[in-house]
Amino acid sequence: MSNNTNRRDFIGYSFAAVAAVGGAASLYGMKQVWDPLPSVLAGGFTTIDLTALKAGEPETFTWRGKPIFVLKKSSDMDDSTRDLIVGSDRYTVAIGLCTHLGCIPAWKKGTWKCACHGGEFDASGHQTFGPPPRPLDLPPFEVKENTIVLGNEGPEYQKIAQTLKA
Amino acid sequence: MAQFEKANSVGEWLDQRLNIKTFNKVMMTEYWIPKDINFLWAMGVLLATTFGILIISGLFLMMYYKPDIKLAFDSVNYTIMQEVAFGWLFRHIHGVAASVVFLIIYIHMLTGIYYGSYKQGREMIWISGMLLFVTFSAAGFSGYMLPWGQMSYWAAMVITNLFGGVPVIGDALVVWIRGDFNVADATLTRFFMLHVFLLPIVIMGLIGLHFYTLRIPHVNNQSSEDIDFDAEAEKYLSGNKKESKVIPFWPIFISKDLAVLGVFLIFYFYLVFFHYSFAMDPVNFDPADPMVTPAHIYPEWYFLWSYEVLRGFFFDIAGIKAFDIGLIAFAFANGIFFVLPWLDRDSKILPAHKRPLFFIWFWLLVVDLIVLTVYGKLPPTGTNAWVGFFAAVAFILLFVLLPVITKLDQKRRG
Repeated sequence: MSNNTNRRDFIGYSFAAVAAVGGAASLYGMKQVWDPLPSVLAGGFTTIDLTALKAGEPETFTWRGKPIFVLKKSSDMDDSTRDLIVGSDRYTVAIGLCTHLGCIPAWKKGTWKCACHGGEFDASGHQTFGPPPRPLDLPPFEVKENTIVLGNEGPEYQKIAQTLKA
Repeated sequence: MAQFEKANSVGEWLDQRLNIKTFNKVMMTEYWIPKDINFLWAMGVLLATTFGILIISGLFLMMYYKPDIKLAFDSVNYTIMQEVAFGWLFRHIHGVAASVVFLIIYIHMLTGIYYGSYKQGREMIWISGMLLFVTFSAAGFSGYMLPWGQMSYWAAMVITNLFGGVPVIGDALVVWIRGDFNVADATLTRFFMLHVFLLPIVIMGLIGLHFYTLRIPHVNNQSSEDIDFDAEAEKYLSGNKKESKVIPFWPIFISKDLAVLGVFLIFYFYLVFFHYSFAMDPVNFDPADPMVTPAHIYPEWYFLWSYEVLRGFFFDIAGIKAFDIGLIAFAFANGIFFVLPWLDRDSKILPAHKRPLFFIWFWLLVVDLIVLTVYGKLPPTGTNAWVGFFAAVAFILLFVLLPVITKLDQKRRG
């Protein structure tokens, strides 16, 4: 009798183990289906020519479907540790999405103001008012002479990312 | 196998195979409903009907809708609205029903709260109902996104961004949900799948569960009286219909439901034909543009209260980021109703007007929800921000105080 019970238990556990492996494999497959496609992951490079920028007037570029703010700082704007220095010029490079809920702030008199929930960011991308929990995010980039390529993590990016983490 | 004899009618033939007579008794003619209930109990039938309207109108819209970011906007605003005969009608029927269904859900929920219908014995009715509410919200949101207008796009942007608040995996989770780095084609097609298949199927399953949860503890009544349904049903069946406190669902009680349904449908079709625009935000008639945010983003009216709780906390408190407090408050607002049966510490089931403090609590909740809804639509600046803040705090406090209030009511009653 006890032998029989053990045998049934064993069959039961075996079935449960097979079902668990199959279930986990299915979940992994389903998770993968929802991941971004290779074409989406690959299409992620944008080159920006820095020489075309005017000091004090930020331009918006598109990278991975997101707006990217690039501001060449004018002399009256404060220096920041997140400034990208190319030659003698200082630049703010940031993903142009409010870090609160992802709206696009507009440039108004030296600050980026988000209309949705009133968040404000200064010329260095630092949040100065409202609900945004952190400065504007830094997109990965690489400096090549007078251009930056968004999508690659160059040494200049690493340096600024470090100061942002600190 | 059971014994099968030659059937004399189609009904008999089916009854031998499907036992439809018993099924009919259990579900309809001997499903007992208390006599002492008012028109507010008709909301269930109204909701079932509105859901039916949504499904049927949705099927017709689906025949012309194209879930592709290049085609979606025109397939709705040109093909369905201009070309398809009566396409405009099906869109308005669908859009208005999607809005009105939430009005009825809120009345249904508040009725349950007022009469204590979530209390001991009926917790599963309440929980399955809350699951339905959450699934309806997900269905409403996923459907709102499909026309791919500006408000659709930015609603999707904001809502998917909320998942970024999840600790550690937040950012990766947002990309995973969207299937892209921002809200894009992959997002639209998967939300289309959710809206037209997965969520409706889940809703149907939950409606089945919700009906079933009602069958054992039976429906509550206006005086929250504890009725012995078996004894009362016995009286009714023995011919003592006048003294019995219950009546059968079919064909007696349903006639009252249908009368309320008639009034509701007049109101509903009045909206469909003359005021459909209340369910159509003007901003959504601009095609989605990922590079321009509309000046002022707000959700549909039925999400405004929880949206205002989310953004009500606009400054850091005790070193915690305003963003995180908002998210926690938002999660609280959407989760707290689930545990309502256990926050109510009063051991007796009574309607609110027989529980003095709870009565005040109930109406304060209603007023607070209205304040949150109104201010959720206004720009969050100056005084508005502060009204939103205090209304959000009041909402949380109401639920913190509920166990104390209900216990006090019980004590005073002695």
